Amino acid sequence: MKRAKRTIKALLIAAAGVACCFGVPQAQAGTTITGAGATFPYPVYSKWAYSYNKDTGVRLNYQSIGSGGGIKQIKARTVDFGASDAPMKPEEMNKAGLMQFPMIMGGVVPVVNIHGIAAGQLKLSAANLADIYLGKITKWNDPRIAADNAGLKLPAEDITVVHRADGSGTTWIFTNYLTKVSSEWKEKVGNDKAVQWPVGLGGKGNEGVAAFVGKVDGAIGYVEYAYALQNKMASVLLKNRNGNFVAPTAGNFQAAAAGADWSHAEGYYMVLTDQPGANSWPITGASFILMYKQQARAVQAKEVLKFFDWSYRNGGKAAMELDYVPMPDAVVKMVEATWRHEIKDSAGKAIW
Amino acid sequence: MNQTNRKVWGDLLFRGLTALFAAGIAVIFFAMIVVLWQQSQPSIHKFGFSFLTNADWNPVLEKFGALIPIVGTLTSTALALLFAIPLSLGIALFLAELAPAWLRAPFGTAIELLAAIPSIVYGMWGLFVLSPLMADHVQPWLKAHFGFLPFFDGPCMGIGMLTAGLVLTLMIIPFIASVTRDIFLMVPQSLKEAAYGMGGTTWEVVRDIMIPYGKKGIAGAVFLGMGRALGETMAVTFVIGNAYHLSWSIFAPGNSIASTLANEFTEADGVVYLSSLIELGLVLFLITFTVLGLAQLWLRRSQGVKK
Repeated sequence: MKRAKRTIKALLIAAAGVACCFGVPQAQAGTTITGAGATFPYPVYSKWAYSYNKDTGVRLNYQSIGSGGGIKQIKARTVDFGASDAPMKPEEMNKAGLMQFPMIMGGVVPVVNIHGIAAGQLKLSAANLADIYLGKITKWNDPRIAADNAGLKLPAEDITVVHRADGSGTTWIFTNYLTKVSSEWKEKVGNDKAVQWPVGLGGKGNEGVAAFVGKVDGAIGYVEYAYALQNKMASVLLKNRNGNFVAPTAGNFQAAAAGADWSHAEGYYMVLTDQPGANSWPITGASFILMYKQQARAVQAKEVLKFFDWSYRNGGKAAMELDYVPMPDAVVKMVEATWRHEIKDSAGKAIW
Repeated sequence: MNQTNRKVWGDLLFRGLTALFAAGIAVIFFAMIVVLWQQSQPSIHKFGFSFLTNADWNPVLEKFGALIPIVGTLTSTALALLFAIPLSLGIALFLAELAPAWLRAPFGTAIELLAAIPSIVYGMWGLFVLSPLMADHVQPWLKAHFGFLPFFDGPCMGIGMLTAGLVLTLMIIPFIASVTRDIFLMVPQSLKEAAYGMGGTTWEVVRDIMIPYGKKGIAGAVFLGMGRALGETMAVTFVIGNAYHLSWSIFAPGNSIASTLANEFTEADGVVYLSSLIELGLVLFLITFTVLGLAQLWLRRSQGVKK
């Protein structure tokens, strides 16, 4: 009898504890907003979320399950927003009732492992990069590469091409660039988050590509800018649309974004690869947020937008510390105007 | 009376519970087949039987074929068994028969502990330790001496089918070796002593008494290891090279079913793409099933012959 009483008491205490944990946040400030998608912006989103939580008490629960997963989750309405590295086509968005806007930018950087060649030494033209990935240029001392690299000693080594094995927004941006600069690539391979690679090895994630490039002599791969920088990999100089050889730097990514005409891009469907401009890095890309135009839970949707607004305004420094590129102010203004006339509650009233 | 009643009820309850657990396995098994079959319908519908023989894997055009992952799965597993079976038999014999008594327990435990290492650790080790070793020493040597064979062709990258096979070897040795050791220990002492008494050498006793006696158990151990090798995911993904190219060379990168799934599932957003990946899962399920079924059949038949 005594034991039974004690058990009941313990159960009651436990129940009270559970009620505490679940009940209080609903009653008080601690709102949680949820998102899922792209892995590429995850470090910067989580840093923003941390600072935002300290400022406002609102928590962000972001699951970096990949862009494809993010699109699936937002379509199933299990999250408040989805995130994708590849922009969604306007037709597809309209069909699903979604809208998108760019949140952060970054660049994709070809990196090499050639004996005696350091970062910023090897120059590659767009055609040569495409031909390497098509398997048409197979040696580093190929005359076509040498033509751009007078004074650089190129070894007679086999080129080992490394690509991503997993589906990835990074691959989408990279193959988008190759599709634009090489008609043969466009015909034979195409542009997607995963493609049928003509040659090479596949590494899982940026770290997998980096590891293969690091281990195999004569390898070339492509990784996100932040990854190349933090791992001190030998990046190459690429010839951009204006014919200049440019280095992958934050300034050159912004140059590519600044030249882009966002105001005429329907649904922000804008790909920043191969943009004009003297300094534009040719393989630049933006990461996008997807939300429903009609929001049944207006209060929650407003919290989400407040977080992104805060991030646009206060997140630039944190982004640059992590080697991402914040969106230019002009684009931010446009995005917030879009929120105002596109995101509505169920009564049709603007939320932002 | 009360006593017997309780006993009957207790027994009934116990039997019911265990039957429920056992039925659970069967239910999960069939549910898995049904779900895999259902979810892979779009792909089965679109590609039909050619899914198994097509070497294309093109997400852009949504043209998928499972040939390369199937070949990769079978090749890496075959390589692993090729190395692991003799090594494991040797280890088991040493532990059961030849090692001094004080060495057996710690050595046996060490082997069993190898089985407890998470597979991702094997993968990392394969990528950071084994693959440079393969690229710099093993593959150049093989190429210099046996390079005329198509199996040792191509650049020595250290990443590819052979390395994947070796990592798998290491992973399945603990399973095969520890089970085989237990089987060798079960060989009746009198049989062995009789054989030694007839003047047999250790090798003869092993070959003619211990291995035939434990044949069924050893085969079971091998299939246990093979099951693990067929489905191993992370360790293989790290070192197999994840490339959709067919090649005779075991230096060349390839792909296995499990590593394809691990790599591509999260980002597969087209209906046919996702369904093709699920059909790959179904194929792996069938491969494992067929292999185990054939093994059972073979065991039963070989026993029938003995009788």
